[in-house]
Amino acid sequence: MKEEIIIAGFGGQGVLSMGKILAYSGIMQGQEVTWMPSYGPEMRGGTANVTVILSDKKISSPILSKFDTAIILNQQSMDKFEDGVKPGGLLIYDPNGITRHPKRKDINVCTIAAVDLSAELGNSKAYNMVVLGAFLSKKPIVNLENVIKGLKKSIPERHHSLIPMNEQAIKVGMEKIQVINSL
Amino acid sequence: MDVNDIIKPENMVYSKTPVLTSTTMHYCPGCSHGTVHKLIAEVIDEMGIQEKTIGVSPVGCAVFAYNYVDIDWQQAAHGRAPAVATATKRLHPEKYVFTYQGDGDLASIGTAEIMHACNRGENIVVIFINNAIYGMTGGQMAPTTLLGMKTATTPYGRTKELHGSPLRITELLAQLEGTCYVTRQSVHNAASARKTKRAIRKAFENSALGKGTSFVEVVSTCNSGWKLSPVKANEWMVENMFPKYPVGDIKDL
Amino acid sequence: MAEKILMKGNEAIAHAAIRCGCDGYFGYPITPQSEIMETLMEEQPWETTGMVVLQAESETSSINMIYGGACCGKKVMTSSSSPGVSLMCEGLSYLAGAELPCLVVNVVRGGPGLGTIQPGQGDYFQAVKGGGHGDYKMVVLAPSSAQEMYDFVDLSFELAFKYRTPAMILADGVVGQMMETVELRPMKPRLTNEQIIEKYSSWATTGKTPGRKQNVVTSLALDSIIHEQLNNTLQAKYRKMEEDDVRFEEIMCDDAEHVIVAYGCMARICESTVEMARKEGIKLGLLRPITLFPFPTNEINRLVPQLKTMMSVELSAGQMVEDVRLAVNGRIPVNFFGRLGGIVPSPDEVFEAFKKAINK
Repeated sequence: MKEEIIIAGFGGQGVLSMGKILAYSGIMQGQEVTWMPSYGPEMRGGTANVTVILSDKKISSPILSKFDTAIILNQQSMDKFEDGVKPGGLLIYDPNGITRHPKRKDINVCTIAAVDLSAELGNSKAYNMVVLGAFLSKKPIVNLENVIKGLKKSIPERHHSLIPMNEQAIKVGMEKIQVINSL
Repeated sequence: MDVNDIIKPENMVYSKTPVLTSTTMHYCPGCSHGTVHKLIAEVIDEMGIQEKTIGVSPVGCAVFAYNYVDIDWQQAAHGRAPAVATATKRLHPEKYVFTYQGDGDLASIGTAEIMHACNRGENIVVIFINNAIYGMTGGQMAPTTLLGMKTATTPYGRTKELHGSPLRITELLAQLEGTCYVTRQSVHNAASARKTKRAIRKAFENSALGKGTSFVEVVSTCNSGWKLSPVKANEWMVENMFPKYPVGDIKDL
Repeated sequence: MAEKILMKGNEAIAHAAIRCGCDGYFGYPITPQSEIMETLMEEQPWETTGMVVLQAESETSSINMIYGGACCGKKVMTSSSSPGVSLMCEGLSYLAGAELPCLVVNVVRGGPGLGTIQPGQGDYFQAVKGGGHGDYKMVVLAPSSAQEMYDFVDLSFELAFKYRTPAMILADGVVGQMMETVELRPMKPRLTNEQIIEKYSSWATTGKTPGRKQNVVTSLALDSIIHEQLNNTLQAKYRKMEEDDVRFEEIMCDDAEHVIVAYGCMARICESTVEMARKEGIKLGLLRPITLFPFPTNEINRLVPQLKTMMSVELSAGQMVEDVRLAVNGRIPVNFFGRLGGIVPSPDEVFEAFKKAINK
């Protein structure tokens, strides 16, 4: 198993922390992981992205041009990364704010209305967990138990009371994902 | 009759402190460095802290201070002695750490280092030799050079328009909360040398008490750079340097 | 087995420093390495191991604080990124001249000038040829993973004290910012003052005790004869490093007809390129210098007879390639591929460049 993922959106959407939780979940499942962020001015309001790789074997390059999965959360990232999905790969995006939807027919495309769903949950901070749930429903590379363990690792202990809410958000994401194009 | 016939205990009226080595000093006759070295060595001897004292020597004439004061020395890059001393003192809080710096080293290239070491209140002693000129490099203008003073790089005299005014860095450092004792002294006669020695001793005692940075400026002569005889240099210093750099304590907490 | 923790390469440096018995860190913030001092300040090692951590007023001061600490025989380090390391070059020359052990971490970004905060490898010349004045070298280690960022801290100190010379970890923005699992090694206690006196009292400023000669740490020798001797001593150390402490890693070089030479993050990327080439039946291998000084010249020499070409791949306009060419000495073509400006090429981009070069 080797899954190469790009998560891209605005700074503040929880892109980097979602990648971190995914990476920690991989560690809990006994996998090798790398987490390579874009860094610099992006962190302060611009676009942010992170490449996460989970693998059964030692990971060589942490820098990639092609991805098994692209999780896209804003228009700039759609423009930048749609072409980077490997043929037969997966593109998941939140249609909120997207004006140009993906055109490719050689990949699986799904949407997750995470802005709306997290608002319904009453916690906009659970946004990235809804997205993570959507991803895991299509690519169950780590099981939910290990994701919860990963959450515990990456969230400071004083915030552990929020874990049940995050778990609920992941489950909502898993249920509410919509398939747009299936190969 | 040779020298050993003369030097007998019953004839002894003065002896050199053992903390001063027997190496002949390279300083020009009339230079203040030799006197200040001797005072530091005597203070170290009298306080019994030879084993516990680490000196940081500058770039300039006093780069060779380690040849004369018999303690462990670190020779720093130009202006960086306060940074070197900062780490040494932090890693060895039980030691007495002092820097010995000239006006070019401390008040020009090393301005940032001395400001921040004093502002942090490092428990070190700074001995600042201000002779208003670069000695080692051959008599160029220093930040403390007086207006009108002729040097190798101000052959027609320092002007405010071209070079700015003489920098009274000691007064600046006294403003900082980290300094506990800031004083300006001289060594041009026996009385002033005795006062300077008391100031140096107080500075070393402060550093053991953890009171902050102690800063002792010594207004000094550079008769070679000033192109004056030792006696004339002393007279010139009293007449011209003291009005700009008045002697006395500036801060004593 | 010890617990594996997910952390950035920069954070690994900080944890390694605390755990390997480092006495002091003195630094100044600069992207992309600020997490090193931030992590140290958060961990507050002065409460546990007694390690001193201080934010200096500039890189110039940081390196001179290192000088002071190293004079005392203490294990001291700093870290910075390219423009900051340029400011430190004066101090590095003094440290090398005064034969002082210390560790300087350079998480390289793109230059020249203020450049970019994105990754670069354009400081290779500065690190291995000496950025400061005079004939000196440093031990230069190039980590390519977060685990190596951790492990090379202790290794750097070991080599720095073995040769009484500054050691540098030459990392890059990718290795510094990337998170991977890191295994924390067992704690090593800091040396006590008594142990330091026992080990280093022949040169360190530990305080002049009765009967011991005065220790003066200096790089100054105005007498030309003495100064040449000092230089010869330094050069003899560098030759000894070249004999005893060259480190490198080889991947699929045994049957290789072509070899890519790459270090740091580019070695990781080129490892994937090698996998791609092998799938296409091209016998490509990877030589990864771990010590950039001393450079694995002899290993390149050994490989040349079996090879058709070599290629140096760097985030620079071509710096390490000069050392590869010196080692190859014209026997086979040595190609080069590099990207500048903070752009990090992907494995397939390197593969395309490689194929283009060998089919020329």
